[in-house]
Amino acid sequence: MKQPTKKSPTSERTNRGSRTSFPHKTLHLAMGLCMMGLFACAGNSDKAPAPAAGSTPAAGAEIPKDTSIKLPSGFSASIVAEGLGKARHIVIAPNGVVFVKLERLKDGKGIYRLQDTNGDGKPDQVTGFGKFGGTGIAIKKGYLYASSNEDVYRFKLDDNFNVTNPDNPEKIVTGLIDRHQHESKSIALDNDGNLYVNIGAYSNSCQLQDRTKGSPGRQPCPILDSAGGIWQFKADQPGQTYGTGVRYATGLRNVVGLDWNTATNTLFVMQHGRDQLHDLFPDLYDTKQSAELPAECMYELHKGSNCGWPYIYYDEFQHKKILAPEYGGDSKKTGAEDAQDPVVAFPGHLAPNGLLFYTGNQFPEKYKNGAFVAFHGSWNRAPEPQKGYFVAFVPFSNGKPSGEWEVFADNFSGGPDKTASGRATYRPCGLAQGPDGSIYVTDDSKGNVWKISYKK
Amino acid sequence: MNRLFVMASTALLAFLLMSQTQKPAAKGGALAASIARGKVVYESTCQPCHMADGGGAPNMNPPLSRTKWVLGDKVKLAQIVLKGLPGGQIEIDGDTFHNPMPAQESVLSDQQIADVLTFVRNNFGNKASAVTVAEVKASRGRMK
Repeated sequence: MKQPTKKSPTSERTNRGSRTSFPHKTLHLAMGLCMMGLFACAGNSDKAPAPAAGSTPAAGAEIPKDTSIKLPSGFSASIVAEGLGKARHIVIAPNGVVFVKLERLKDGKGIYRLQDTNGDGKPDQVTGFGKFGGTGIAIKKGYLYASSNEDVYRFKLDDNFNVTNPDNPEKIVTGLIDRHQHESKSIALDNDGNLYVNIGAYSNSCQLQDRTKGSPGRQPCPILDSAGGIWQFKADQPGQTYGTGVRYATGLRNVVGLDWNTATNTLFVMQHGRDQLHDLFPDLYDTKQSAELPAECMYELHKGSNCGWPYIYYDEFQHKKILAPEYGGDSKKTGAEDAQDPVVAFPGHLAPNGLLFYTGNQFPEKYKNGAFVAFHGSWNRAPEPQKGYFVAFVPFSNGKPSGEWEVFADNFSGGPDKTASGRATYRPCGLAQGPDGSIYVTDDSKGNVWKISYKK
Repeated sequence: MNRLFVMASTALLAFLLMSQTQKPAAKGGALAASIARGKVVYESTCQPCHMADGGGAPNMNPPLSRTKWVLGDKVKLAQIVLKGLPGGQIEIDGDTFHNPMPAQESVLSDQQIADVLTFVRNNFGNKASAVTVAEVKASRGRMK
């Protein structure tokens, strides 16, 4: 593993020092969690080499590799935390402190802060806070932003990336729609003081009766007024609502993975494409087509972008925007010609939950500015085998994909049988880049956090 | 006398055994037929969301294994199939499931619903009584 570089690629997010403090409360909690075996803690695990008494291990010291994760040559993965439950998105502070957002509270806490204070590569100081479940988390200009399924909060960070107001965050955005389906509010921030929030459509294809055979598509789709897109808010104004926000992009069924691309200065998102083409239209689609279609699409957004949902879906074989069958489509007719084309089209139903543009210097040159995508894995491909549960990579050059996508990190499922059945052991969800250029992957099935590093 | 008694008791025993085994066999036949029909309905209508192993999809579609929703009140169970449910209504061990259950009242017949529920209640690790057409009809009648 490389030494953490001071000139961190994420330092655009904040520029702060990294003195370390040991609040007693957090230390107690950390020790408690260690004893409960919730985290693989240094000194408490036979897997982790305990540092010799009185010595300080070098930063970036080796921690055990998790060889079950398949990676390209030169890369290795290690588990830095486990047992966090539904660990969704993740962000790493410039000093290496890890924040993980949980969908379901764990011991009453929705966010966990993990810090490796002794430099052995494993977090030994673990604190939980935030009494809301959710998905989104981000750091910007001295604040930690995190979302529930209705609101976006922010917490103040001190110079060591400790949260100074764990019980009293500011509520930046409130009252967003949560109708259970596609409810997670993923967030991203640009460098001009804006916050972007995904508001997923609470529907599969905007039918009168959702997911019901024979029910027509609603024309126009009323869901798009308050969901099915990305909304833009001010990053520093508390109490914003739909009234003060801007519908930045529309026609997006549900976005979980999104990232601000600093090379292009634009927002990129991964859409979860529609389900059930065969179940709802067995005369138009066989089960194999239904498993592959539509594509899971990456879009580059601008203010006013329209990606076409629910009227069209993207067919990655015909390379066309196909009119949705609920709106008169027959699997061939095209539609919504004014809607944007995707930047990348992945196979259907893989569920892209995390997106990260790599700006680090640790990985080989081909990864620079490219996109990592965490695929949570499918459920809607039956009776065909399920697919996904991997992290993919797409090389980029000059802001555009410069090659085919490839599987980067695989076997989170635990084997081909578990992939095929959909009974994956782990399911990749969130992605983040650390200050040393390693990347982190969360799993929202058991709550693992992996760190993936490269060494020549 | 002795021989007669033995023969008679053997015959009686044989009769008893036959009637014992025949009755469940006949009943089992009807059950097996309903389960077999239900399997076909399951594969075309339910499997896309609840999956081939009945395990559902985490956070989205609830599992059908060993849950009170499946093994409990049959009329209530039939109502869920007939009328559907909005997302987020099912909770199992603290987990909620966000996809809606689409209403099947105009898609499936009473017989198909009885069969598929009988299949589900006798698969995926479940072992529970059959759901009859009369119970589905009662469920429809109760809804209005």
